[in-house]
Amino acid sequence: MDDSAVRAPDLSGRQAAWVREIETLSEQTLLACYQCGRCSAGCPMVDEMDLLPNQVIRLVQLGMKSVLDSQAAWVCAACLTCHARCPKGIDLPRVMEAIRILAVRAGGARLLAGDMPAQELAEAPPMAVIGALRKAGG
Amino acid sequence: MASRTYAYFPGCTLRSHAHEYERQALAAGQALGIDLVELPEWNCCGATFPLNAENVMDLIAPARVLIAGGKAGGDLVTLCAVCFHVLRRTANFLQTHPFALERLNAFVEEGPYDGQLRPRHLLEVVRDDLGWAEIRQRVTQPQAGVRLAAYYGCMLLRPGPEIGLDDPEQPSVLENLIEAVGAQATSFSHSSECCGSYLAATQPGAVERASLRVVEAARAGGAAAVITACPLCKYNLEQAQREQPEESRLPVAYFTQLLTIAFGVDAPESAPWIVGAPA
Repeated sequence: MDDSAVRAPDLSGRQAAWVREIETLSEQTLLACYQCGRCSAGCPMVDEMDLLPNQVIRLVQLGMKSVLDSQAAWVCAACLTCHARCPKGIDLPRVMEAIRILAVRAGGARLLAGDMPAQELAEAPPMAVIGALRKAGG
Repeated sequence: MASRTYAYFPGCTLRSHAHEYERQALAAGQALGIDLVELPEWNCCGATFPLNAENVMDLIAPARVLIAGGKAGGDLVTLCAVCFHVLRRTANFLQTHPFALERLNAFVEEGPYDGQLRPRHLLEVVRDDLGWAEIRQRVTQPQAGVRLAAYYGCMLLRPGPEIGLDDPEQPSVLENLIEAVGAQATSFSHSSECCGSYLAATQPGAVERASLRVVEAARAGGAAAVITACPLCKYNLEQAQREQPEESRLPVAYFTQLLTIAFGVDAPESAPWIVGAPA
């Protein structure tokens, strides 16, 4: 289906600009999502999330910035399972990353090495520490 | 036997937490005529591939590794699944985004990078350059009767078309390797489920729950051990079991240990799947 034929929700100018910002950062067409839920069904971290992955994408489609306060993007491990299985080919981990970037820019959550649990900082392999800092450090 | 030489990138975790992975790989390689020659200079690959359109700065660390690989000549080989993932995706991206390559080369004084390298994982070298028949030929200690769970996790497989190491939903390289050394690959529902990855550093509880699901699925399939190619998967699966009595933990071993044991390089009694195998 031609996704450009999908009618966009009637958003205010500021909301629409914010949705475009996420689409630009993530390079994904958000209206391609028809809420089948397969991303949430296969997500290994879904039990830890306050919003399901498909709900995250729905809120973004609707321009609801409250999604920036959700834990979901910070619990996403970027394992790419949802992307592999999305029937519309949406790369949801890139949407999660765009949300993290905008949340950091908005002055909210930003992971610093000193915020990590001391035991994990001392014991976890560098690939985990560096990976976490680069994903969540902004 | 003709010897094959490859440029080799260890990465940060192999030099801090996963020493045995490197030792096994070099020893197994020696038995197979695979000579892994470490890059004279290297840095961390960055440990994550940036998933956003403003990614050029984040690509500098892996690009430096690619430049060093290009200077070394021949194929660049890694052991760590995450290094492999980051390097291959960076190479793919720079090959297909000439403007990003140009911007990156303006930053990196070691360059320029020509965008032509295709970094490889040791599993690909074993499968594609040698083949399973050659592995079988080298086996002096067949691991008959040993049941092992082939655990891929995420970074070795996805995104499938871009990584191209194996079928992302029905992979077979680890199963084939397990069978080449005479062992049996078990049915394993969670073979490509994520262990929780780098969240180990920030959300250890969530990672423990995800990793335990993987361990329990491997146990349900009757495996005596989990076979992995990723130091972070190994760490997470072991951490998740640390509260359990040692004798009831499911051992996690690198695929390279299967080779060193089966080739007689390491003593059979050092195999965790015998020691830790359920009666």
